[in-house]
Amino acid sequence: MGLRNYIDKIKPNFEDGGKFARFHSTFEAFETFLYTPDTVTTSGAHIRDAVDMKRCLISVVFALIPCFLFGTWNIGYQHFLSLGEDVTFWQTVSYGLIKIIPLYIVSYIVGLTIEFLFAEIRHEAVNEGYFVTGFLIPLIMPVDVPLWMLALAVAFAVIIGKEVFGGSGMNVVNPALLARAFLFFSYPSKMTGDSVWIAEKADAYSGATPLGTLFNGGTVHDIPSLTDMFIGTIPGSIGETSKIAILIGGIFLIITGIASLRIIIATFIGAISMSLLISDIPFHYHLLMGGFMFGTFFMATDPVTAAQTNIGKCIYGFLIGAIAILIRVANPGYPEGMMLAILLLNVFAPLIDWCVVECNIYKRKKRWK
Amino acid sequence: MDKIKIRKGLDIRLAGAPSKQIERFEPKFCAIKPTDFIGVVPKLHVEEGDTVKVGSVLFHDKNNERIVFTSPISGTVKAIVRGEKRAILKIMVENDGKNDAIDFSFVNDPIDKMLQSGVWPMLRQRPFATIANPNDRPKHIFVSMFDTSPLAPDNDYIIENQYDAIAEGINVLSRLTDGNVYINVNVNSTTCTDAINRISTGINNVVITQFEGPHPAGNVGTQINALSPINKGETVWYCYPQDVIIIGKLFLTGRYDSTRIIAMTGSAVKNPHYYQTQVGADITPILDIVDNSRVISGNVLTGTKITGDNCIGFYDSQVTVIPEGNEYKLFGWLRPIFKRFTDTNTNGDTRPYIMTGQFERVFPFDIYPMQLIKACLIKDIDQMEELGIYEIDAEDFALCEVIDPSKTPIQQIIREGLEFIRKETC
Repeated sequence: MGLRNYIDKIKPNFEDGGKFARFHSTFEAFETFLYTPDTVTTSGAHIRDAVDMKRCLISVVFALIPCFLFGTWNIGYQHFLSLGEDVTFWQTVSYGLIKIIPLYIVSYIVGLTIEFLFAEIRHEAVNEGYFVTGFLIPLIMPVDVPLWMLALAVAFAVIIGKEVFGGSGMNVVNPALLARAFLFFSYPSKMTGDSVWIAEKADAYSGATPLGTLFNGGTVHDIPSLTDMFIGTIPGSIGETSKIAILIGGIFLIITGIASLRIIIATFIGAISMSLLISDIPFHYHLLMGGFMFGTFFMATDPVTAAQTNIGKCIYGFLIGAIAILIRVANPGYPEGMMLAILLLNVFAPLIDWCVVECNIYKRKKRWK
Repeated sequence: MDKIKIRKGLDIRLAGAPSKQIERFEPKFCAIKPTDFIGVVPKLHVEEGDTVKVGSVLFHDKNNERIVFTSPISGTVKAIVRGEKRAILKIMVENDGKNDAIDFSFVNDPIDKMLQSGVWPMLRQRPFATIANPNDRPKHIFVSMFDTSPLAPDNDYIIENQYDAIAEGINVLSRLTDGNVYINVNVNSTTCTDAINRISTGINNVVITQFEGPHPAGNVGTQINALSPINKGETVWYCYPQDVIIIGKLFLTGRYDSTRIIAMTGSAVKNPHYYQTQVGADITPILDIVDNSRVISGNVLTGTKITGDNCIGFYDSQVTVIPEGNEYKLFGWLRPIFKRFTDTNTNGDTRPYIMTGQFERVFPFDIYPMQLIKACLIKDIDQMEELGIYEIDAEDFALCEVIDPSKTPIQQIIREGLEFIRKETC
């Protein structure tokens, strides 16, 4: 094939001693993007599963596409709803695309530049992890987040959240959530309140999220119906509003075995238990409001930052669900608790694993006696 | 009789299972490869051109001079093949077809008889998978009567008419331990279960256990773990059913009979079936395979790639030939998967460990596989011990290696961890 011949022809330039040896990682990233390598097994098992890291991570991106599509439409829908204008489906979608595409361009350009740079400095292969992180970050932002802020958040998340620990697989907290948390605490006026969730909102229109309404003293009668919250025609972060879209992607991840079903179930159990215990509103409202579902399926299940042992995953998930609701109900500062609950448990996940593994060691040592 | 169900694991189905037909193949050459034996440092007893009989010593282990390795056929030593730093890779013997064997019936002590005839190396120990130390008394001895690995030979079929030798072999094994001889059979194989039941009556330390479940239910490591996990400082021995037959025949006839049935398997083999041949046979004349394929002595999970004179390994009763996968695939990572396992392509590059919980699905041990792998990588002996290194061997991690999306050499990592401990402590 012509393309393959061309790659083979230019390949020596990027190897040790070649003209562009310093771009070896970059070349390799593009080469392996185009072609799975011809490497064969040399030690151990002679056959290997067809699944590799690229396939695992692209599955997550596939799973996020329903959220992306609905989010794009909802940007337009919320905008024109606030203005009271009646527009066609395509006008809605094109408005959404105009808003969301720049976010993606900034997210990927900034993030991937840093990734490639670090890979070259370390003489390592470029890891595919950022394809997922970069796809997630715009989906958990308010639509009107300024692009320079997004760029700053991405750079912070990738460098401080991931690269300083050694890159993908070594990070302690979820980089996408870290990007959001960074903006949440640095620029709260752009990340919270009633005015940030709808693009170029008409001033008179209330753009509060259901959680925001409740936080400011509203009751369940003041927020959108359960059906609206389930379908997703409500204000909120771009990807989090439609529970249907999240479920489609989430079920895909469970079937493919990429996301841990243990974590998802445990998170639901944790949230439901805590709502029944301390919340005045019915628990299913909590499941449908805010970022709970999105966080459960796409953030809590991040294998790097979650607990790694099976028992640990149950504990980790349960605590995320419980603490998220605890923050929502008991904390006077801000309405949503999912992001902080996940970040907190990211930090505690190694400790949970340590305890679980210690139990196994204790059992073994007892047998030695 | 106990029944144990193994729930975790994976049956890998490949094309090229052997048809039930056994053909006699008289090898022209046989080779004993010191590299088949972990930790053995060979000291030669023969030179090129020497005449040998079945049971003549070819070399012994410098670490333990009682352990000798003998010729599986009679004839002349054709070549002593050396590699880097003059390490001995294999001793090739040319077959004279006479099957002239040394008589060991005058040796009374069973251990000496096995040692001198060269069948002793068929007994191996856990931990470390080294040859059993004749000075030890193992806690137990394990024999797995069935094989669940991909395209594995059907042991029921292979050993069909050899239960007399097996009976004698089990009888010998039962005298080597103060504990039990665990004979583990497949739950579906009633003929084998009945036969073993019949022949082991009267030997009071034989325990028969039925196993069911996906691979690695047939691996001796899985069975040891389910029956009596190895604690620090303990040793158990194990051997394969066809080797029990060889041991049995030695005690029945006084001679080392290296006859072994091998399964020729794999999608690149034109007519996969069984051959009756000798230990270490050079199988080149019977290799009817397609181009650009890999010949593996053993199964695809743990076998060794063999090239050149194609001599099968000392412990192997299977040859697998599969296509090499040395080709680029455009957007291979994006293509839908129709067949998970076909060729030897790695299907991706090595990456840091990102996914978790994958290994646990195919790893039926009460051990945390990822944590143990990482302990081996950093060569932390305390951690390795605490996490259960003595209970496993590299082959127990074969399935983890196969499904690993990070494409890391897990069996090699575990083997290096085990060797590190063995060298530090022994």
